[in-house]
Amino acid sequence: MKQENTILENKNFRPLDLKKKMRPGESVIQSLLFISGVLSVFITVAIVYELGKEALLFFNNPDVTLAKFFGTTRWQPGIGLFGIWPLVTSTLITSAIAIFVSLPLGLAASLFLSEYASPKARSALKPILEILAGIPTVVYGYFALLFMTPLLQKIFGEGVQVYNMASAGIVMGIMILPLISSMSEDALSAVPRVLREGAYAMGATKFETSLQVVLPAALSGIGAALIIGISRAVGETMIVAIAAGAGPNFTFDPFKAAETMTGHIARISGGDLSYNTIDYTSLFAVALMLFLVTLVLNLISQTIINRFRQRYE
Amino acid sequence: MQNTQIPEYAIETKNLFVFYGSFAAVSEVNLKIEKQKVTAIIGPSGCGKSTLLRAFNRMNDFVPSSYVTGEVLMRGQNIYGSNIDPVEVRRNIGMVFQKPNPFPKSIYENIAWGARINGFKGNMDELVEQSLRGAALWEEVKDLLKKNAYELSGGQQQRLCIARTIAIQPDIILMDEPASALDPISTLRIEELMQELKKNYTIIIVTHNMQQAARVSDYTAMMMLEKDGSRSGTVIEFSETKKIFTNPKDKRTEDYVTGRFG
Ligand SMILES: Nc1ncnc2c1ncn2[C@@H]1O[C@H](COP(=O)(O)OP(=O)(O)OP(=O)(O)O)[C@@H](O)[C@H]1O
Ligand SMILES: [Mg+2]
Repeated sequence: MKQENTILENKNFRPLDLKKKMRPGESVIQSLLFISGVLSVFITVAIVYELGKEALLFFNNPDVTLAKFFGTTRWQPGIGLFGIWPLVTSTLITSAIAIFVSLPLGLAASLFLSEYASPKARSALKPILEILAGIPTVVYGYFALLFMTPLLQKIFGEGVQVYNMASAGIVMGIMILPLISSMSEDALSAVPRVLREGAYAMGATKFETSLQVVLPAALSGIGAALIIGISRAVGETMIVAIAAGAGPNFTFDPFKAAETMTGHIARISGGDLSYNTIDYTSLFAVALMLFLVTLVLNLISQTIINRFRQRYE
Repeated sequence: MQNTQIPEYAIETKNLFVFYGSFAAVSEVNLKIEKQKVTAIIGPSGCGKSTLLRAFNRMNDFVPSSYVTGEVLMRGQNIYGSNIDPVEVRRNIGMVFQKPNPFPKSIYENIAWGARINGFKGNMDELVEQSLRGAALWEEVKDLLKKNAYELSGGQQQRLCIARTIAIQPDIILMDEPASALDPISTLRIEELMQELKKNYTIIIVTHNMQQAARVSDYTAMMMLEKDGSRSGTVIEFSETKKIFTNPKDKRTEDYVTGRFG
């Protein structure tokens, strides 16, 4: 037969050459990736350094002691009150409320989207959630002040102050809801189909399968969503600045006004502030504290997740 | 309508078609599967073996476009009847998959979970031990019960999947190429296990391995694409395994089992 298959015939079209070769493209890409990696690490280090340097100026002030910083509960550096706790507790309370709202709702939404919704319903619902994520936080802030607070006052009565942590926290929860639900949905959808089939084949209902097989298997991804959600809540500024209150207040009552760390930094640095005053350097101490709180919360959630996650290959 | 006489078959299909959308992947299957025997389903790739097997425990319900016509009778009841709960069907018809798919839980929990959701109220430790013994895995894992199931080898994982299936005590166990991802020794153990299990269970196994079908099964269903070019699979011959391998009626079966076909 004349018609030969050339791909089978010409298998020696390229000569054998095993010498080392220059691959310029490879090395360019490699160095670019390396530089980006180093740069992002460098920027982080530089920020922490700058923060630490200015905060050190604050702690070097003879009036400031760590005992006062961590041991007292009133914060007004201008008149010599250096207790950081009122800012920390309000940050923790608003964030806890936000997570308390967004985690169950976000998980329920993501379970519905990934396990129950038809493909049609899913493609209709996801964009709506994403719109929620696109709303500027200043809008959320006024939503808290002008809608949520009156609502809380109607429900819980006169005890609810005009500025209060509950309202800010709830609205912050609504703000991070799309983040939690969409990241959790990704994690749930990534659970292999064969695991679900294995559960169904055992006579499990849809609810048992979703809650007891799929959800635990997706826990590490959901944990990542939770960590990012916490970080967003702790670092969120606009909503708390508008709705939570202007002035440090050491209280555990969510219906009272209390300024968070971020809200405090925003308000003080918004006024005129002269360089090297105690008010100025104190802001860096607050920022450093904010950084530490975020770090500690991340570490705690990471440990909890590692403890409960279920590994599948 | 309740059948008064006790039906002698584990599963009986009547004019069963399985569709994906408008495509009939399996057409016109009439089978009578004997109780407490091993029935093998063989045939070339893509002829609808898995599709047919998954029709027996309503697994195809999870493929949105899939539907079934005809009947699949289990103890006289059509499992596709309008008043049938598919969850109850699957509680009575267990399934072992091609790739081992234990739950990402401890070995113990893998077995206990299924029993618990099926309302098991007895001594769980005992059930776990008995199921693992039944799947010839107990000796290897009795000291590792708290370990994650994914730390086991593939063959052990597959036996764990068999163990969790027998823990819920179904009437029938479906197996879709249960040994195709395993080494020869693990395969042998699973085959031995099937001989053991058929004393109490009806087993239906899909396999690509002719020797395996000949070794383990009592009956064999030979599937093939229809000759009309519709890409639709059907059972072209069904009888005792001995007959299929030594004295097949259909020329295509003979070609296939002697290796002269795809
Ligand atoms: N989820 C699905 N949606 C649409 N078509 C499908 C689906 N699953 C299988 N099919 C089609 O149905 C036919 C039978 O597939 P099936 O998986 O049952 O074959 P099989 O005999 O098990 O093959 P193999 O031996 O390769 O596992 C094939 O044509 C396949 O493309
Ligand atoms: Mg198959």
